[in-house]
Amino acid sequence: MAIIERPAEAPATTNRGSAPTPKASTNYGYLRRPVETTGWRSWAFTVDHKKIGIMYGAVAMFFFILGGLEAALIRLQLAGPDGTILSADKYNQMFTMHATTMVFLFVMPMAAAFANYFIPLQIGARDVAFPRLNALSLWVFVFGGVFLNTSWFLGGGADGGWFMYAPNSSVPFSPTNGVDFWGLGLQITGIASLVGAINLIVTVLNMRAPGMSMMKMPIFTWMAFVVQMLLLFAIPVITVALFLLMFQRSFGAQFFSVEAGADPLLWQHLFWIFGHPEVYILVLPSFGIISEVLPVFSKKPLFGYPFVVFSGAAIGFVGWGVWAHHMFASGLGPVSVAVFSVATMAIAVPTGVKIINWTLTLWGGKLTFTTAMLFAVGLIVQFTIGGLSGVTHAVAPSDTQQTDTYYIVAHFHYVIFGGAVLGLFSGFYYWWPKVFGKLLSEPLGKWNFWLMIAGMNLTFGPMHIIGLQGQPRRMYRWTEFRAGEGFFNLGFWNLVATIGTFILGVGILLFLINVWITHRPNSKTPPAPADPWDARSLEWITSSPPKEYNFARTPQVSQLDEFFHRKYEDVGEGDKHEYVQKMTGEEVIQFEEDNADPNIHLPAPSYWPMVLAFALPVMAYGVIYNTLLIVAGGAIATMAMFGWALEPADAESSDFDPPVEGDETSKELANV
Amino acid sequence: MTDTLETPTAHDDHGADVHHGPSDKQFVTIFFILAAITAVEVAVSYIDIGALFLPVLLGLMIVKFFTVVLYFMHIKFDNKLFGRLFYIGLGLAVFVYVAALSTFQFFAG
Amino acid sequence: MSDSLISETVKDAVQIAKDHNGDVHEHDVHAGDNHSDDHGGHHTSLGLSNTKLAMWLFLGSECLLFGGLISTYMLYRNRHSENLGPDQLWDIPFTSATSFVLLTSSLTMVLAVSAANRKDLRNTKIYLGVTALLGALFLAGQIYEFTVFYREGLGFTTSLFSSSFFTLTGFHGVHVSIGIIMLVAMIGMLSKEKVSGDEAEAVEMVGLYWHFVDIVWIIIFTLVYLIPA
Repeated sequence: MAIIERPAEAPATTNRGSAPTPKASTNYGYLRRPVETTGWRSWAFTVDHKKIGIMYGAVAMFFFILGGLEAALIRLQLAGPDGTILSADKYNQMFTMHATTMVFLFVMPMAAAFANYFIPLQIGARDVAFPRLNALSLWVFVFGGVFLNTSWFLGGGADGGWFMYAPNSSVPFSPTNGVDFWGLGLQITGIASLVGAINLIVTVLNMRAPGMSMMKMPIFTWMAFVVQMLLLFAIPVITVALFLLMFQRSFGAQFFSVEAGADPLLWQHLFWIFGHPEVYILVLPSFGIISEVLPVFSKKPLFGYPFVVFSGAAIGFVGWGVWAHHMFASGLGPVSVAVFSVATMAIAVPTGVKIINWTLTLWGGKLTFTTAMLFAVGLIVQFTIGGLSGVTHAVAPSDTQQTDTYYIVAHFHYVIFGGAVLGLFSGFYYWWPKVFGKLLSEPLGKWNFWLMIAGMNLTFGPMHIIGLQGQPRRMYRWTEFRAGEGFFNLGFWNLVATIGTFILGVGILLFLINVWITHRPNSKTPPAPADPWDARSLEWITSSPPKEYNFARTPQVSQLDEFFHRKYEDVGEGDKHEYVQKMTGEEVIQFEEDNADPNIHLPAPSYWPMVLAFALPVMAYGVIYNTLLIVAGGAIATMAMFGWALEPADAESSDFDPPVEGDETSKELANV
Repeated sequence: MTDTLETPTAHDDHGADVHHGPSDKQFVTIFFILAAITAVEVAVSYIDIGALFLPVLLGLMIVKFFTVVLYFMHIKFDNKLFGRLFYIGLGLAVFVYVAALSTFQFFAG
Repeated sequence: MSDSLISETVKDAVQIAKDHNGDVHEHDVHAGDNHSDDHGGHHTSLGLSNTKLAMWLFLGSECLLFGGLISTYMLYRNRHSENLGPDQLWDIPFTSATSFVLLTSSLTMVLAVSAANRKDLRNTKIYLGVTALLGALFLAGQIYEFTVFYREGLGFTTSLFSSSFFTLTGFHGVHVSIGIIMLVAMIGMLSKEKVSGDEAEAVEMVGLYWHFVDIVWIIIFTLVYLIPA
């Protein structure tokens, strides 16, 4: 039974063989709905979670490169004594923007890319709960990230450090507009995250395929779900902090005026109440990714799935109680410090549970070290190192020596780079064939991996040493006189770190080259098989790439690792398991397609998300430059919201279907 | 099977609301109770009741808060999940902000 | 039909853990757990409205927002010059009156939802209108109050206390304003039958938002106005 019924021959006016653009009906609010199914408009106004996910990923990758260049400049400045590449002021901007870009414009959106693309697929849904809101999140992020970075051309980047402590961030000490761009830019991207969180939580709670209870969900979806809950409650806190800062800077409010009696700790609390859950927001998606990858390439189920789930939830929960460990040296007093120190030690436990479960997943498995698997194992090793230094920070007295030194820089780069980023790369290699229909080159991938490992360890490893030897963070240069001698010579290790940075850069470049070689016009890479890895979870019961509607019919789920169990039958007796293959992945997919739903109704594209997203930076420029822009932006936003509200979620049939003789047929949009 | 997104209410849940929950008359009664509590709150702020002042005022505030949440916002009669999601946010807020204020010795003496 | 998601999840988890039994290959073999009821229409896992879930999640997040603003105020409430503090400025009778107005608007809101559930379009719109009017009256009272304070010397930038006070009440006022816009828009959309989806649910969503704005005021009124320095 065919899903799509199309006219037997294409009408004469088609372009590039795609379906003709039909005449759209009018009368949706005040603009007609976009109807294009090919070309840039089909991407700009899409509400398809897969396209949105890809765009999130592409833009995030751009910001990764940008943040990497900022890091390279920092490392060049510190490669030798008395560096002259960056002035002190430029250096302040560089480390602030490097961190802000990496945290808010790379890791978070890249995780959002994976979450957006794969949550609906992993739970057997056709899209997220609110597709237009999903598009809004994307464009708000894109415009917000661009807005933030225009500061470079408009007076300089933000220069107060990525946690922007007050009163240093107020006008007397940071007189340029950089901090304003920072604060407003993060408010904008914060909206994207909050809206996305609501969307994905509702999707996970309410749109799972029949039979998929929460404890039968793929583990990536579980971790991403915990992350959305964290975002939901953490973003408002930084929102408050940012409003207070902006009111201080733009309107003269007194929140951080020490001379008026303000307490600088107010900012620190508000920021870190957000900031600590934020670091779990950064790393949990990658934990979810490798929890998918390790079982597939060990040919074993994830060890202790319920423990991995509950430890993820526990990390999310306990993570709210430890924020002041970022403030041990701020004068909180011994009681507060002691309480937060103990709480911080406690949170190592659920993380340790995960490490154990991943290790035991590998144990006794039939291991295949594909690039995705290498990155996954790499995460376990590198993140553990970062976690160990983290445990030393939890001990408040030793943290008093470590804080604000390179030892801390080492810690968080091991957990963020070694944890979050390696996990994301594992996800790239694992899911690339599903998303783009081709496998990335494995040989190139392995070079990518090993250079990244060598690079990151050469860059961040020595930072433990130089940090304990006393090199402070954020110091724009070091001198021979203070550099010390012998094994602990700061100069030597700074140089090693800089060399490591460039090795790291080459590794990442290899990834980009890998993508290019795989997808360039005359590429020799063949299309990927539907199930190249013999995978376990639901998103693989689709074509590669998936059709616009994801599943030919909504899958019925009966167990965890549903795809695996459709391919393999357990013929063991009693407690013993013995798996015999009864179907190939292709056969499972074909079976679904043969039993496809006759009618599939997809959400329709819309202009309004992009229009509304556009209004936000207009208002933000208005705060910095001219109040009229705030009014103009507000007007655009109001108009967009009304247009949105008046536009039905689903378009009329006549908007999309190629005209077909006879009855109502499906509304598939042609693939781009 | 038609598969739609952005769907209207599952009719079951909505049907449940209509038959549960206070009637209009009961809503008006609850309103008068809330108004009375507000009057008491204002009165307490003028009358000296010594050490009882803060507990009474805060207690009345909490009663009003939850009365609106449970009855006007219907949490008492709806699926428990709605309430739970809201209370997680409420609980987290109370926890982190009370903890932060404590570090400022806000509650000391 | 109203499942407990959490207890189902925990039960499943316990069962999976029981299946564990120390062997190498393990999985959960429970077939066909099905929490949804198909009504011949769309399928949702919990039988709940997506929009209602979204609204409650949003309100949960708003607790963190207002909590932060309230805490900032509480920290800074005593940091002002001698003559320009709460005890000198507040007009409790006036604020009690505006609080009462807002409280009444909550009643009319709940009556609007009730009318919408009965498909009584006319009374729905009337109650929505009265709610909006009462909200506007509340706002007018706030604005009047602020102008009085301003004339007495309390500006936005005067002191830590003033900045915190105006920020907290200002945010609340903006939320009220957005609520009024939504109420009026709802009246218009109901009149023109432009509400996509279930009309009663849409009114209920506006109601949830409106009540939240009211409960924030319940806290602000007590903590800011009634508790002396």
